Amino acid sequence: MAILIGKNTTAIVQGITGSQGTYHTKLMLEYGTKIVAGVTPGKGGTEVQGVPVFDTVEEATSRFNANASIIFVPAPSAKDAVLENIAAGFNPVVVITEGLPVKDEIQIMEVARLKGTTIIGPNTPGIITPSECKLGIMPGHIFKQGKVGLVSRSGTLTYEIAASLTAAGLGQSTCLGVGGDPVVGLSFVDVLEMFRKDPGTEAIAMIGEIGGNAEEMAAEYIKNTKYPKPIAAYVAGRAAPPGKRMGHAGAIIMGRSGTAETKIEALKNAGVKLALKPGEIAKLLKSR
Amino acid sequence: MIKAQVLVAGRGKAGGIKPASSPDEAFEVAKTLLSTTIKGEKVAKVLVEQKLASKHERYLSIVVDRSSRCYTLLCSTEGGVDIEQIALQSPEKIIRHKIEPLIGLQTFESRLVARRLGYSGKQMNQVTSVISKLYEIMLDYDAELIESNPLIETENGELVAADLRILLDDNSLFRHQKFLERMKTFEPDMTDLEVKAREKDLAYVELDGDVGIIGNGAGLVMATLDMILDYKGKPANFCDVGGGASEERIASALEIVLANPRVKVLLINIMGGITRCDDVARAILDIQKKMGITKPMVIRLVGTNEEEGQRILAAANIPSLNSMEEAAAKAVELIPKVK
Repeated sequence: MAILIGKNTTAIVQGITGSQGTYHTKLMLEYGTKIVAGVTPGKGGTEVQGVPVFDTVEEATSRFNANASIIFVPAPSAKDAVLENIAAGFNPVVVITEGLPVKDEIQIMEVARLKGTTIIGPNTPGIITPSECKLGIMPGHIFKQGKVGLVSRSGTLTYEIAASLTAAGLGQSTCLGVGGDPVVGLSFVDVLEMFRKDPGTEAIAMIGEIGGNAEEMAAEYIKNTKYPKPIAAYVAGRAAPPGKRMGHAGAIIMGRSGTAETKIEALKNAGVKLALKPGEIAKLLKSR
Repeated sequence: MIKAQVLVAGRGKAGGIKPASSPDEAFEVAKTLLSTTIKGEKVAKVLVEQKLASKHERYLSIVVDRSSRCYTLLCSTEGGVDIEQIALQSPEKIIRHKIEPLIGLQTFESRLVARRLGYSGKQMNQVTSVISKLYEIMLDYDAELIESNPLIETENGELVAADLRILLDDNSLFRHQKFLERMKTFEPDMTDLEVKAREKDLAYVELDGDVGIIGNGAGLVMATLDMILDYKGKPANFCDVGGGASEERIASALEIVLANPRVKVLLINIMGGITRCDDVARAILDIQKKMGITKPMVIRLVGTNEEEGQRILAAANIPSLNSMEEAAAKAVELIPKVK
């Protein structure tokens, strides 16, 4: 068992003809992801990695059945691409694109909410259900099928922690990055709720960072629901100065809010085990 | 009033706003202000304004509400002070109103907030229109924050926006060419290296330590900085080459980080996803040759094509470590050995 994607996921890749789209389509196919079609306006009729390319999502879905999508379209056209995918009824829609304006993200999320579409990202490494399906840009070989659910605001930290879980013999049910932007489709609370209901997930690794209050809200939710599965968390950015954006658009301490300390404190108070280093997550989950 | 024109928040508290009661005094005050720096930014311009006798000061803003995924009106009957202070001390004085993302702010909503701020009659209509216009500006300019603090009500009932701050969304600049152009003409609140990094589209933040850091992925680099602190070291910078980093980007990152004279040891932490380890290895060798790098480097290189990357480094006698902990500890350990 897993959340959001699995064996029955069949996907299209939007922006398949770009260099990242092409490279990662190859890697996703090698991982075993069922990719049935690609879309790039103006490139219809061509092929990428043996996958047929269409000008519109509508043409792709009239020929092939797909229930999910992944988007590599550059930021200026990304809103249009995401809306086209929401309109097609894909669920989830994974948005790898980095650098979307907040205004576009706000509109996208509202349309997705009304339509009941789950958006993963933007600015995410994507999602992987090990040995079943990978809709993302993560190196597949570091993940292993198992029972730890992983949710993160960061890409490479996800790889770091997933690799250490795998090395410690702790496989994963599903790993996903919610995205590094201020406005993203899934909150920690949303994903924790999915993991709570998933019988295939027995413990959770959560990776937060400075900026916003998603970790504090997760802490509140964990406390209120007396969350039934053990959670170990790591929060990045203790060394970050206020007022500076640390790589991710969403990773910024504004005035006194969004510091690593307040997040760590809130999670600790909710009974979450806190790792001081990313590598400690595996130890904390193993020692339970 | 003499107001320093600097791109920082809280300039009043930092001494950037001074009163004067005669032209001579105004001259002196302006002269002093023009020779100072406010929160690290040189004062190049001042604004001279009539001093207003205010009866009331209020706070109006529109912010991006991350958890509700919408814009939110955030207002307070107390203005002129730090909104966070008000939120802590008297949260009941804060008015929040979420704006529906698809149809946007409606006039009745602006009016409702104007009423809650205590306005009535003609003033209420004025404030209603101000709030609606702030929202228009927010959308037209792709702002992530717009803040009118304080909105002053003078003794004869006039409304004056005594200060206004707009933060633009960097990610939207591709559709605001004029702002991109304008950004080149003023001195931002950044170090020379930060400006250079921005031109190269690298995420770089200068800090005051001596361990230079380059990594791929914001979270990973933040975690590397944290780890340096934990090993009692001091990071010199944050530098994220991002996903899909080309050889060229990595070379620019090396150039920028090493241009900081405080850097004694360089720690490179690459967990390959999009980033290919062989690209990184080649970039490091290339730039080492070109720049004649003599500062010690500690490299941690794992992920996509890691064998190839480690082989390239090993062939050039540069050791690479497998774990982030080892690499961070090693970097801090080397510091006292560097003259």
